[in-house]
Amino acid sequence: MGRQSISLTEPVARLVDALHKLPGIGPKSAQRLAYYLLQADKEQVKALSEAITMVKEKVSLCSVCFNIADSEKCEVCRDPQRDASMICVVEKPMDVLPIERTKVYKGLYHVLHGTIAPTEGIGPDQLRVRELLARLRDGTVKEVMLATNPNVEGEATAMYLQKQIGAMGVRVTRLARGLPFGADLEYTDDVTLTGAIQRREQIS
Amino acid sequence: MSSSKTYRTEGVVLRRSDSGEADRIITFLTPDKGKIHAVARGVRKPKSKLYGLVELFTHSSLMLAQGHSLDIVAQGETIHTFLPLKSDLQRSACAFYVAELVNRFTLEHEENRALFDLLIHTLEQLCCEKNVSLLLRHFEVNLLQCLGYRPNLHRCVECNALLQPVTNAFSPAGGGILCPGCVKTDQMARPISVDAIKVLRVLQGFDFATASRVRIKQGLAQEVEQVLRSYIEFLLEHKVQSAAWLDTLKGGDLASPSPSYPVTSAS
Ligand SMILES: [Zn+2]
Ligand SMILES: [Zn+2]
Repeated sequence: MGRQSISLTEPVARLVDALHKLPGIGPKSAQRLAYYLLQADKEQVKALSEAITMVKEKVSLCSVCFNIADSEKCEVCRDPQRDASMICVVEKPMDVLPIERTKVYKGLYHVLHGTIAPTEGIGPDQLRVRELLARLRDGTVKEVMLATNPNVEGEATAMYLQKQIGAMGVRVTRLARGLPFGADLEYTDDVTLTGAIQRREQIS
Repeated sequence: MSSSKTYRTEGVVLRRSDSGEADRIITFLTPDKGKIHAVARGVRKPKSKLYGLVELFTHSSLMLAQGHSLDIVAQGETIHTFLPLKSDLQRSACAFYVAELVNRFTLEHEENRALFDLLIHTLEQLCCEKNVSLLLRHFEVNLLQCLGYRPNLHRCVECNALLQPVTNAFSPAGGGILCPGCVKTDQMARPISVDAIKVLRVLQGFDFATASRVRIKQGLAQEVEQVLRSYIEFLLEHKVQSAAWLDTLKGGDLASPSPSYPVTSAS
């Protein structure tokens, strides 16, 4: 009896540990999820673990824009209808979705995978900045729309990119200031975001 | 809500990190409670009334509710947004540096009124000062003072002899200067010029308005910066992360100088 309980709790502890490592999951939530999975039926748990494995095996980053993609290039980069003269720069893949939902933006994207965060030791070299600048060299792109979040790090990133890109002679615009300072694009509603895209301001 | 205790304070945001779905954990420096952490619930959603209050470098009056593990930001009002620190690349880099130093040097719940005043004053000056790098040096010297690490710049920290106008050495471990005769007592001590000691004394002894009247050549400014950084990193036993970003911007990576912004900081 005693023996069995030891061998039982070991895998549970491992699961709690693994869940705790996920963003936004504290120790209590991790325990709650672990016990939920322990009681859930086998099919459901199997589907979840397969989905997790698939995401790592089948999904990668687009070789052009670094958005999430199911092949070498993402859906947007593959679509010949998209306007290749325009690139919208976002912080993370999650920020592409709300902009796509507005349906007013027809250009391409570039995902930085973060922002300049000096205190965390993250500068341009830790982001996909070099790759962005390389995409601008052949002259196809006429406008870069900076859609980093309206907070201190997002602004610093935008100001830095503005100087780098402006020096290359490409038009740089910034989402209009209708977005409240400190907000997160991921959580911005369609109406606000549509207005911010339409009223974007030229900054360089 | 009514059963939980609330209290008032004010604070400057030193750091914030995402937590859960839309929360943020905020690190404030307060005048009466030292450094505190509190959670701002739902702040990443645009409708939140808190986002302005808990943005980096912002100074606000706050009402906090005592929580189980973390206190909760209930409400508040912005006192100072320090807008130029958010809309000018160079100034924002300096503010990151200042906030990182204050954060790293402080422990939770250790009241330090002088440090709070220094932080507010420095952020105010950073909004409009032209010579931001000298301002950072002045901040560093005063920060060390507030924390009880004021370097001894007049006598040898080993033999107590008055320093002569010759090349001496700065000893981070000794917390000051070593005379040529005592240099060997600290392997980490690095030579320091007569002029660099003079600059440090001015920074230590005068307010910034007075100190900034002294003309300092590029090479000397760099020496002073190096001395202070080595001392700070020795005390922290850690690199100052945001110094790299300041160096990147200084490195002439940017073609145009940062534009000047109006002094007024909207609230
Ligand atoms: Zn793509
Ligand atoms: Zn001596």
